[in-house]
Amino acid sequence: MTTIFAILIDGAIYASWLFLVAAGLTIIYGVMRVLNMAHGSFYAIGAYSAASLVSWYFSGNQGNAYWSLLMLPACALVAGAIIGIAIEQGLLRFLQGRDEILMVIVTYALLLILEDATKLIWGVNPYFAYQPYRLLGRTSIGEGLRFANYDLALIAVAILIGLVAWFILNRTNKGRLLRAVIHDREIAIAMGVNVNAMFAATFTIGAVLGALAGALTAPAISVTPGIGVEVIVLAFAVVVVGGLGSIGGAAVGAILVGLSRSFAVHIAPEIELFVIYGVMFLVLAIRPQGLFGQALARRI
Amino acid sequence: MQSKLCISHPVLRVSAIATALALTAALGTSAIAADNGKYRIGVVTFLSGAAAGPFGVPAANGAKLVVEALNSGKVPAPYSKKGINGLEIEMIVLDEAGGATKQTEEFRNLIQRQKVDAVIGYISSGDCLAIAPAAEELGVPTIFFDCGTSKVFEVVKNPKFLFRTGLDAVVDNIAAARYVAESRPNIKTVASIQQNYAWGQESWADFVLALQGIKPEVKVVSEQWPKLGQGQYGAEISALSVSNPDVIHSSFWGGDMEALMLQGGARGLFDKRTAVLTAGETGIESFKDNVPNGTILGGRGPFGAFAPKNALNDWFRPAFQAQFKADPTYPAYKMVQAILGLKAAAEKTAKAGTMPTSDQVVQGLSGLSFEAPSGTVIMSRAKGHQAVQSVSFGEYQFDAKTGKGMVTKVKTYAGECVMPPDGRTSAEWIKAGFPGAKCK
Repeated sequence: MTTIFAILIDGAIYASWLFLVAAGLTIIYGVMRVLNMAHGSFYAIGAYSAASLVSWYFSGNQGNAYWSLLMLPACALVAGAIIGIAIEQGLLRFLQGRDEILMVIVTYALLLILEDATKLIWGVNPYFAYQPYRLLGRTSIGEGLRFANYDLALIAVAILIGLVAWFILNRTNKGRLLRAVIHDREIAIAMGVNVNAMFAATFTIGAVLGALAGALTAPAISVTPGIGVEVIVLAFAVVVVGGLGSIGGAAVGAILVGLSRSFAVHIAPEIELFVIYGVMFLVLAIRPQGLFGQALARRI
Repeated sequence: MQSKLCISHPVLRVSAIATALALTAALGTSAIAADNGKYRIGVVTFLSGAAAGPFGVPAANGAKLVVEALNSGKVPAPYSKKGINGLEIEMIVLDEAGGATKQTEEFRNLIQRQKVDAVIGYISSGDCLAIAPAAEELGVPTIFFDCGTSKVFEVVKNPKFLFRTGLDAVVDNIAAARYVAESRPNIKTVASIQQNYAWGQESWADFVLALQGIKPEVKVVSEQWPKLGQGQYGAEISALSVSNPDVIHSSFWGGDMEALMLQGGARGLFDKRTAVLTAGETGIESFKDNVPNGTILGGRGPFGAFAPKNALNDWFRPAFQAQFKADPTYPAYKMVQAILGLKAAAEKTAKAGTMPTSDQVVQGLSGLSFEAPSGTVIMSRAKGHQAVQSVSFGEYQFDAKTGKGMVTKVKTYAGECVMPPDGRTSAEWIKAGFPGAKCK
């Protein structure tokens, strides 16, 4: 019984982390048709800036420790917005409408550059922001099984972000315009939608989401070079399972991958690595466009 | 049809010319600098990627410090003579990142184009296994300073140019098993969490075999195999908690190790259980109060926090702290050890003041006994090409007043106690009940 609970809770925690990482990636692809490899760097920059700020806060004579919890999203907002706007306005704006493959290469180059840039700024030694992780205490479930409340709170954050994204896309005017761009960019332009502004906003939101995932993860990990590259592969797996460009797809993909991995860890740990990509293989074999992706006829 | 390279934009043209010039300049210097009367050492260690922070950069810093000190004659006896055999040392530092194929290529470059006189390097076991045959083929003294695979001298059975001045991972894990059996005599169950690649798999196989060899009643209750660099261990920590072992063994290193301890600590995984971290010494400075007191740490030999008191260590440790504002961890010690071994070897056989040849260096290093900040190193295994040294394990203790971690209850196991004899694999030796082991 304890094992079943453990599988479900671990799966939910991991799924919410996956969703946080994948949401920004899928939004950017959905709107801009850019498979953004640099998303991993946004994650790393979010983690580094949060770890720097939090460890600075705790190294001084700080006031209330709970402020550190607010610092995490604040860091992500500032760092993600700066880097997102800079990259969109400074580079991607000039490459609009280029081939998707070319954009993968461009953003891969960005990933490499940003990896080195983070190393230039923060060096190679690990950064820690562990205080917020312990701040919320832990909850006992069954015998010997305890969860950090911080991880449980992550589930709520992921649900909140998913709901907000759904609300904006489906219930607001801006969201409707965005969906128009997603469905057919040319018609949207013809109808007078300011696609450039849409792209800039989307990319910035995507970057902020990437940085947010990093900032919220920072307290539980050692922030070291290379963390960005690690998450990008996982994020791709989740997004591809759900269908590129679909928020709902990313959520379902995250839950599928999260639960199957947690199941494997508890029941057959030796296949843990295989399971994530096994799920991806199965889904793609049955639905090559992903669970929620739309099969598109190629335009000639 | 005529084709012509045409660069129309002035900025592009300028940068293309600049790049071409820079390339020509780089190639030019490498060709000229070959015979400048200096002893050239190629140093290869991780400068990027996950292994750079915990291993690569401390090792590179160690190399930088000791080469500068040797060149200015500041290292205490028996290394007070300047440089190597009186010749100034020139160091070329390369990044180990990029995988075994790239490293083999760069190794050839170092020897054939950069004309180095010796190569010291390699942290990754995969890189070591790829470089080993190339080192023998190219005939330049090559010293592995860190990699832990026990297969190096299985790949190269009759080494001439290849040496390893550090211990392999088998030794670590046999010593860890002995430490656990002695310090936790009531242990009944053990669990494992390893990074799922050669290092993790070999470490666990050796540890559990050795532990069950010493205490056959110990049962394995859980084995976790997360990916290298995964960073999130929620489900693994739950599985370990549910299986409720007395001891958890892990060969995790770097950020993965720190993340596991952070997440496990916050969830009470180590409240009533002991973790054994065979590469834990590199984390002492960052662990703080996140790692419970009593966690068993290893440092892959008598390095870092386990280093003995001697004149060389009394010089090295404070010099490193002063220059890099951090304590030297085991990779720094191991790098310094390799460079000092090379110096001792060259000066043993080459005529004073002359450039030591490759043959003189390998002849000198084979079977050599030399001093290092970690104590005496004896090159007595693998036909005089593999170092024998003691291994230490101890327990982590955090001092809240100073805010620093340290190791206590240190036990040191002599090389003869934990190293299989030449010609016998570790598994055979352990299964046979450690015949010939000389333990105190």
